[in-house]
Amino acid sequence: MIEFALPSLGSDMEQGKLLQWKIAPGDAVRRGQVVAVVDTSKAAVDVESWQEGTVFELLVQPGDTVPVGATLATLLEPGETAETAQRRAPRPPAPPVTEAGPAAQGAATAPAAALQPGAVAAARAPGVAPTAPAPGEPRRRISPAARKRAQELGVDPDALAGTGPDGAVTVQDVERTPAPAAQRQAEMRRAIGAAMSRSKREIPHYYLTEAIPMRAAQDWLVAANAQRGIAGRVLMAVLQLKAVALALGKCPDLNGFFIDGAYRPARAVHAGVAIALRQGGLIAPALHDVADKPLDQLMGELTGLVARARAGSLRSSEMSDPTITVTNLGEQGVDAVLGVIYPPQVALVGFGRVAERPWVRDGGLFVLPAATASLAADHRVTDGHYGALFLAELRERLQHPDQL
Amino acid sequence: MKMSYRDALNAALREALAGDPRVFLMGEDVGKYGGTYAVSKGLLDEFGPERVRDTPLSELAFVGAGIGAALGGMRPIVEVMTVNFSLLPLDQIVNTAASLRHMSGGQFHVPLVIRMATGAGRQVAAQHSHSFEGWYAHVPGLTVLAPATVLDARAMLAPALASPDPVIIFEHAQLYNVEDELGPGPVGCDIASAAVRRPGTDVTLVTWGGCLPKVMEAAGLLAGQGIEAEVLDLRVLRPLDEAAILDSVRRTRRVVVVAEEWRSGSLAAEVVARIAEQAFYDLDAPPARVCSAEVPMPYARHLEQAALPQPATIAAAARQLLGAQ
Repeated sequence: MIEFALPSLGSDMEQGKLLQWKIAPGDAVRRGQVVAVVDTSKAAVDVESWQEGTVFELLVQPGDTVPVGATLATLLEPGETAETAQRRAPRPPAPPVTEAGPAAQGAATAPAAALQPGAVAAARAPGVAPTAPAPGEPRRRISPAARKRAQELGVDPDALAGTGPDGAVTVQDVERTPAPAAQRQAEMRRAIGAAMSRSKREIPHYYLTEAIPMRAAQDWLVAANAQRGIAGRVLMAVLQLKAVALALGKCPDLNGFFIDGAYRPARAVHAGVAIALRQGGLIAPALHDVADKPLDQLMGELTGLVARARAGSLRSSEMSDPTITVTNLGEQGVDAVLGVIYPPQVALVGFGRVAERPWVRDGGLFVLPAATASLAADHRVTDGHYGALFLAELRERLQHPDQL
Repeated sequence: MKMSYRDALNAALREALAGDPRVFLMGEDVGKYGGTYAVSKGLLDEFGPERVRDTPLSELAFVGAGIGAALGGMRPIVEVMTVNFSLLPLDQIVNTAASLRHMSGGQFHVPLVIRMATGAGRQVAAQHSHSFEGWYAHVPGLTVLAPATVLDARAMLAPALASPDPVIIFEHAQLYNVEDELGPGPVGCDIASAAVRRPGTDVTLVTWGGCLPKVMEAAGLLAGQGIEAEVLDLRVLRPLDEAAILDSVRRTRRVVVVAEEWRSGSLAAEVVARIAEQAFYDLDAPPARVCSAEVPMPYARHLEQAALPQPATIAAAARQLLGAQ
């Protein structure tokens, strides 16, 4: 019996709300298949299964909120039948964490470590909707009008304090609560705040900046884009991402996770791309294997990632996989960005705008496009010297755009 | 011009008698005595004994005679002294007046108007004080009116007489002395719609007839506590102006039905049922009712007052719906 647990989709995620099952009992599940849609405080995420099997039982209903690590469903292993599974493993009221928990996350990078046995202990008994009253407990008084209005607004009336007769929840009580959009923004604000506070509390940051001449990259990009259709044009941000990924090949200690007092380098570069959401807030899903993909492919994937991030349909692996974060605030017009590392990552690379600047070289004064790249890195893993090597390598890579 | 509810009814009768030779008034003590509540005072002198007729003490006989006259082409107005006494001609009213049009396939109409005093508050005890409007509002074939204002007392008779089918008008005995400003000329009104007597946003108080002044007083009490009550006067008890009820309740989302009848099997129950059926999802609190205590109306003054809806109990019921004690 395989227990499919709610994966952590970022260090700022403590619980998730199941929005939709994409599977039903009896379905065969392939590795990597999207099986559910889960709402974190940031986005609706397509959650993949990294185990193969046949769906046996769905333990959580859409609309339920459960902690990270809670068992969402059980799968029958190949060869297993419902009878044998039941005989072997009569379902306990609160399933303990088994290896299926982390395993279900598959490639499950560092955030998997956020799984705490305690999180599962807190998980409620499977199959019991959280809003359903326990036997003997009176049904919460919510006026018909309030229930209807709550549904229209997407508010959970059970979570509200009632001011009506006998403490009933009234329309006014529903309308007093912030609209879900505002609520959602507040939740995201809290989630970002929690993650960034943890970062600033735990990670001894050091910061380096480097001015990088961008003439070569800009000229190359203009020429290359002239050969592409409008839809296929590549943005400078993609060159920068690729350059970062290649530079990390020389500086692997910036690409990985710091977990339980030790650094764990990542095998590939999955760049977390900071994407501002239109309604406010920020999300940094992974662009996978940046070092190994050509620019055109990266551009296409970046476009898709941004669109899906804004539409709220990211995949769980994109949420949990980033090994380093890259943020580009150049389009906003800032000169440089000194970032806050997203734990448990150990570095963040920032780019300011590409702008014409006075540049002294060989005793002469030139005007050329340049950008300030910055590195915020974890002093528990690397030192300024190492970081400087990375920025120098990054600068060098950007002088040879044809090799990106 | 200030006019009492009683004088408004008198003016309406005079206008009807003067305006249509088919109209005549008939009942116990309506002629020489001028009416038990002095509503028909002076009409005998003005229109003569052919058209203002005192009857023997037999409601069954003179209501039946009224139905016969209506079938014969007249436009009789029959006065029944109180609704308690109308239980004697109930057979004539329900089995004959209300049914003939349907049983004759529309060949016979009964253009009869029956006026009745109703309600308690005058210490006339359990055989003269009840409110059976709801019983008549139960019967298809009848139109049931409950004028609660001087204007409606003045204006409702004309459209009632114009109706080709039987109309029952309930005059609450406590209203006869109520005065209001009224213009001298003829006034028109419909006998189809309810009327908002006081607009409000927080709770709807549905009532009719003799309870209207009490409900208005309750709304005043509530306003002093920051609760804006809307007062809906049903005016027409059959057919009910359902749209007006639902419209108001959908806006305020809370409702108290106030009526002098007994709660069990009452018209108030019907109003609440329709709200529950059609505006359930607009409600913010369970519908409430304030009705009379379920006892034969007591004679003792303090007991009678205790048995009836009062402004303070009405206001308390409304406050309860708003979560305030």
